[in-house]
Amino acid sequence: MSNILFDVGYEHFLVLAAVLFLIGVGGVLVRRNALIILMSVELMLNAANMTVLTFARMWGDISGHTFALMVIAVAAAEASVGLAIVVAVFRGRRNVDVDRLTTLRH
Amino acid sequence: MDISIKFWGLPLLAWIVLLPTIGATANLVFGRWLSRGAVYTIAIAAVAAAAGIAAYLVFGPLLTAFKQAPATAVIDQPVYTWIEVGKLKLDLVFRLDTLSAVMILIVTFVGLLIHIYSTGYMASDPRYAAFFGYLNLFMAAMLVLVLAGNMPVMFIGWEGVGLCSFLLIGFWYENESYATAGRKAFVVNRIGDFSFLLGMFLLFWATKDYTAGSNALDFRELAGNSQIQSTYVTSLWGGERLAAWAGIFLFIGACGKSAQIPLFVWLPDAMAGPTPVSALIHAATMVTAGVYMVVRLSFLYASSTTALAVVAAIGLVTSLAAAFMAFAQTDLKKVLAYSTVSQLGFMFVAAGTGNWVAAIFHLGTHAFFKACLFLGAGSVMHAMEHAGSHAPGDIMQMGGLRKRLPITRATFMVSCLAIAGIFPFAGFFSKDEILGGAWSVEPPGWPWWTGKVFWAGLLIAALGTAFYMWRLYFLVFGGEARSKPAGEAHESPPAMTGPLIVLAFLATIAGFIGLPHLKGVHPPAITHGLATWLEPVVSNEWNDPPPKEAKIAGGPESRLASDLAKKAPDAPCCCVPGDQAPGASAEGATTAKQCAQKPGAMCALSPTKHCVLEETSDGTTYLLMLIAFSIGGLGILLAWLFYARGPSKTVDRLVAGPLGPVYEASKHKLWFDEVYDQIIVRPFKIAARGLFEIVDRFVIDTVAVNGTAFVIGLFGRIARWVQNGQVQRYLVGIVIGAALVFLVAQWEHKATFEYEIDPSGNTVRLVADPGGGLSTLGKVEWDLDSDGRIDAVGPEITARRGDVGTVTMWIEDPISRKRISVTRVVIEKTPDSPEGSK
Repeated sequence: MSNILFDVGYEHFLVLAAVLFLIGVGGVLVRRNALIILMSVELMLNAANMTVLTFARMWGDISGHTFALMVIAVAAAEASVGLAIVVAVFRGRRNVDVDRLTTLRH
Repeated sequence: MDISIKFWGLPLLAWIVLLPTIGATANLVFGRWLSRGAVYTIAIAAVAAAAGIAAYLVFGPLLTAFKQAPATAVIDQPVYTWIEVGKLKLDLVFRLDTLSAVMILIVTFVGLLIHIYSTGYMASDPRYAAFFGYLNLFMAAMLVLVLAGNMPVMFIGWEGVGLCSFLLIGFWYENESYATAGRKAFVVNRIGDFSFLLGMFLLFWATKDYTAGSNALDFRELAGNSQIQSTYVTSLWGGERLAAWAGIFLFIGACGKSAQIPLFVWLPDAMAGPTPVSALIHAATMVTAGVYMVVRLSFLYASSTTALAVVAAIGLVTSLAAAFMAFAQTDLKKVLAYSTVSQLGFMFVAAGTGNWVAAIFHLGTHAFFKACLFLGAGSVMHAMEHAGSHAPGDIMQMGGLRKRLPITRATFMVSCLAIAGIFPFAGFFSKDEILGGAWSVEPPGWPWWTGKVFWAGLLIAALGTAFYMWRLYFLVFGGEARSKPAGEAHESPPAMTGPLIVLAFLATIAGFIGLPHLKGVHPPAITHGLATWLEPVVSNEWNDPPPKEAKIAGGPESRLASDLAKKAPDAPCCCVPGDQAPGASAEGATTAKQCAQKPGAMCALSPTKHCVLEETSDGTTYLLMLIAFSIGGLGILLAWLFYARGPSKTVDRLVAGPLGPVYEASKHKLWFDEVYDQIIVRPFKIAARGLFEIVDRFVIDTVAVNGTAFVIGLFGRIARWVQNGQVQRYLVGIVIGAALVFLVAQWEHKATFEYEIDPSGNTVRLVADPGGGLSTLGKVEWDLDSDGRIDAVGPEITARRGDVGTVTMWIEDPISRKRISVTRVVIEKTPDSPEGSK
């Protein structure tokens, strides 16, 4: 009989990754705080990582793990640059609402 | 005959055309920086050099060749292949034969005199360089026209003179009515040109198969190729011959250029141009183009008496109508304009009666005396203008100018004598040739009296000519001055009087190259020079006349001289020796008996000068000459009676009384302009207005332009909602789009497999196609022969042919572990098939 705790298949990981990705997308689309948008992007990246790792396990192929490490490295860099920008903007404006950061719009 | 004299790589004939073109280019492009002296030096030098080359070629190589064998007197100089498309191969070819020789001598010589004259006449005009540029261009276009070796090249010149006439008639375009006159000339000419094109296309259509790969529409091909000759007489629409339709279409083109009814209306208005231009248009170029074209295509017109009848009838009507219109004109140049129209009518009657030589003869003499008359008129107007007249062309304000302008008066009188047809001036001989030819012509298919009708009509026109020309002369030079400027005018400068004297001299003597043949009178051969000279070019025979209508004594079968001699020994006969092609060279008129002494000689029914006139007896010839002379004299006498001392009271009484309507009709040129305005111009304007409202205002402005703007604006308003600058809104679009792409890509994409039966061997290759969704390449199992057992595993397998029947494939989804099965018949197996057994 199936055990919800131990009988965990690939599909569970994939569904979890999909749910995380959609949460990330939703966050990027609806939130206005730059910090939260950055976090949502991180969520999407990690959802992608999880998918890649799942398929790597499924096919027994090491290249998926390599990709995941690569993505983590890039995500770290992206997060640091993004957070630096957010901090810089906040220092200048006391505000990180993306709808109000319109100086470069026109 | 090929003269390969080249200069800078171009044959000499091309230089005749090129030199005025270079002059025109120089003056039109650089003229504004050149001094007046430089401008007229360039222009005159260009024309003088062209005239020099023309004279050299005509009196040098061409004359030599003509003396050896008249038929070979042709200088043919192709410049390059112009167009080569399918069956159409055209060379830009210039050809000097005896006919174009006459024309280029007239064009370059008279043109040169007009150029010289213009230096005086236009001396104070601000657009001096442009004027000489246009004049040179005009010369170049006309020379292309006359030297053309085929019809399309002729058409270049044909259009060129049309363009230049527009430029020159509207030269003083600041004056609205002058600019309108220029446009009118252009538009009316275009109507004719369109018809010319139709005629040309028709000829090409008819002859394209016979000139394939060689020169299409080449005049020599058209004239000399026997297959083409026979196509002319094939019947086309309405039972008329092809030659009739082509000839009539082309003649309508000639009507436009040569100002014949119904397209003559531009010429009187063309007087808006500077007077030298009028002289150039009326004498040397442009209006002679139509006559030249008809004579050039004499072989075509000789193939259809219908076309000839049209030409002659239009010519006669025009000559009468124009002579009538000239009676009441009070503008010096307008009288001359109608006189030109009338004289062109004479030429067309000559051409229409197959009297080609007379047409060219009159063209030449007319060029001299009409150029002289126009330049004389220019001299008079120049003098009047400088004496302070505000209407320098109004002959009612002139009078008594014989004392003030002695040279102009003398030359004008000579030319008036010439145009009135007074012996021994040039016009007498040329007009007499036309009259005599019309009297004696009997083309096949025409009633015998047709020629007599033409003769009588032309006599009336000649009477009118003499009257209105001498009315003009007496009003301008006779009597006493009727205005102050007329009493104070001074003779024009030598640059203007010089050409007048030269032209008057030519108008006096030019007639002596075309004397009729008379028994017992043996003037030097040069006096029949023109007819001999033109004989190789013009058509001497009716082409394939309808046999039963041919009027030859003794019947059509008697064209062989010996047959004719048996039936009618004394019948007049135009004798052609038997060893030559019929019509190639008639030896002159004789009787059938004499001609029959030569073996195989034919009696040609010939329109050539030697024969036609000799068929009429000498007595008739003398009588015709006398009548023509007396008619001219009568016209002068009438003019003298009414106008010798200015406009007489008798005229005023007649105009006020019984002749009032006639006078009005003449004054308003039979209301041609008004009628055209009502039946053509106004409906056209209304149609144009309608088109403007419907097409321009509605379709283009409203629907096309504003409609496009509206639709684009609409989309813009929709797009503006999306394009709001919020990156997150754009991201929504990206996400929705990506989802859609995913859905569409996976839609209905079910798992299946493909198979490939190796054509040579015995193997079958099977490849799984996992389909969409999550079932990407799971475990694949195959049952090859539908027995329920799994025979093979793997996404791509190869099986022996004998093992394969109806195949079932299972794919296991690696995530959901669901098995999908696909069954396809790969090889049909019947139970008793040998393949079915393993």
